[in-house]
Amino acid sequence: MGSSANKPELIVNGKRLDGRAFGELRPLKIVAGGLKNAAGSAYLEWGNNKVLAAVYGPKEALPKHTQDPEKAVVKCKYSMAPFSSLEEHNRSGPNRRAIEISKVTREVFEKVILLEDFPGSEIDIYIEVLQSDGGTRAAGITCAAVALAMSGIPMTDLPYATSVGKVGEHMILDLNKIEDNYSDADMPVAIGPRNGEILLLQMDGTLTKADIKEGFNLIYKAGETISKLQREALRAPYERIQEKYKN
Amino acid sequence: MLAKGIREEGRSIFNYRPIQIRHSLLPNAEGSAQVDIGNTKVLVGIKMDPATPMPDKPDEGNLMSMAELLPLASAEYEPGPPSPDSIELARVVDRGIRAAGAVDLSSLFIEEGKVWSLFIDIYVLNYDGNLFDASTLAAMAALQNTRMPGYEDGKAVREGSLGKLKLNNMVASCTYAKVGDKIVLDPNGGEEAIMDGRLTIANDENVIRAMQKGLPGSFTQKEIEELIDMTFEKSKELRGIISNSESD
Repeated sequence: MGSSANKPELIVNGKRLDGRAFGELRPLKIVAGGLKNAAGSAYLEWGNNKVLAAVYGPKEALPKHTQDPEKAVVKCKYSMAPFSSLEEHNRSGPNRRAIEISKVTREVFEKVILLEDFPGSEIDIYIEVLQSDGGTRAAGITCAAVALAMSGIPMTDLPYATSVGKVGEHMILDLNKIEDNYSDADMPVAIGPRNGEILLLQMDGTLTKADIKEGFNLIYKAGETISKLQREALRAPYERIQEKYKN
Repeated sequence: MLAKGIREEGRSIFNYRPIQIRHSLLPNAEGSAQVDIGNTKVLVGIKMDPATPMPDKPDEGNLMSMAELLPLASAEYEPGPPSPDSIELARVVDRGIRAAGAVDLSSLFIEEGKVWSLFIDIYVLNYDGNLFDASTLAAMAALQNTRMPGYEDGKAVREGSLGKLKLNNMVASCTYAKVGDKIVLDPNGGEEAIMDGRLTIANDENVIRAMQKGLPGSFTQKEIEELIDMTFEKSKELRGIISNSESD
């Protein structure tokens, strides 16, 4: 962010480098299920991002000292595969960035899962970024929400996430990697669509209050599309079964 | 208590506890400062070492921030590798300082292939809430009193310094705790123990430079916009305190 060296023009003739309008999402495809061993799973392609999420549990929380006698604990691991980026090989194992993302992602789901239903248990959320192109934490949250719903774990809401940023005078939605690297600001946000509550908010760069307001408007508008795709993904397996036994 | 807008020591909901800044406490470090907010005590030490620049930024120095939640600071802290909480703390402080361009990274260029790496080490000495604001204040105060080492034959010469580190900007952060539907500034340890959500906003005079929501509790857009206004007002005091703490 904010690097001035060799900064590319991110907006040409009023369009972004990949041809998108300022408030336009990249193509998003979500498939629920796929990993048989998991209680719930989902796969998502968002632009060039490819993300898998799986949920295990609720099961007895181990080691025992992690147990909470009043509610389930959520354990979340976001990780990027060593081969996931266009740049060099990433060392495997969690780095400081991944640990922070795992933490804020866990906090999103702790808000919406009915944790009191499963005292003493743990719910594991695994997010694996197989290919990355900016916005992977948002993609991971959107994907994991579907995996959790698929698992049948009761939730008060189906969160989605995306990001906004600023290029020159313009607020833009759903930053890809090059925009993320060279934009003036980046603000990932996760929303609970039922009442619009903000479940994740991070930001760095340079924004005014008016920019942030405009950013939220872009996010809430895009959320209608993202939420719809999440719900369709969850319905699809059942529609396939319905189709199969129609006659 | 909070429901009635009452806090310990009669503090109002958008006031800080007493803040004390002491700087240049550790002459072996290039810069240092300790900030006390109430009973929270955070020490920051700055060290600078010659290093290779990042490949994509050959003309700029490196900036690295780490935080240690020392076991001596709280019964809750244990020895071991950095916890997610300490990583989050260091990264949020780092993002504010970096996004504000507080340190003039180009002034850390030494020669072709050599730059200074500047380490901001945040040492939490006593925990009583609001580590984010205390750490950002302590980091800025320490940076403001950082003396550049000299450079000879690939090594730092730490006697007789070249003068002060060049700063381009001043950043401060305001951290809010949400308890139920009540929001307070500068939560102490007791308030943090019961808070549902936390929001940190870092800014300079004109713009917002970093934000971080923590914990499961959610915020509304309206709350965030109101807290942005509050932050612009309150952070003036904080930047004033840092400026007044400067050494000559």
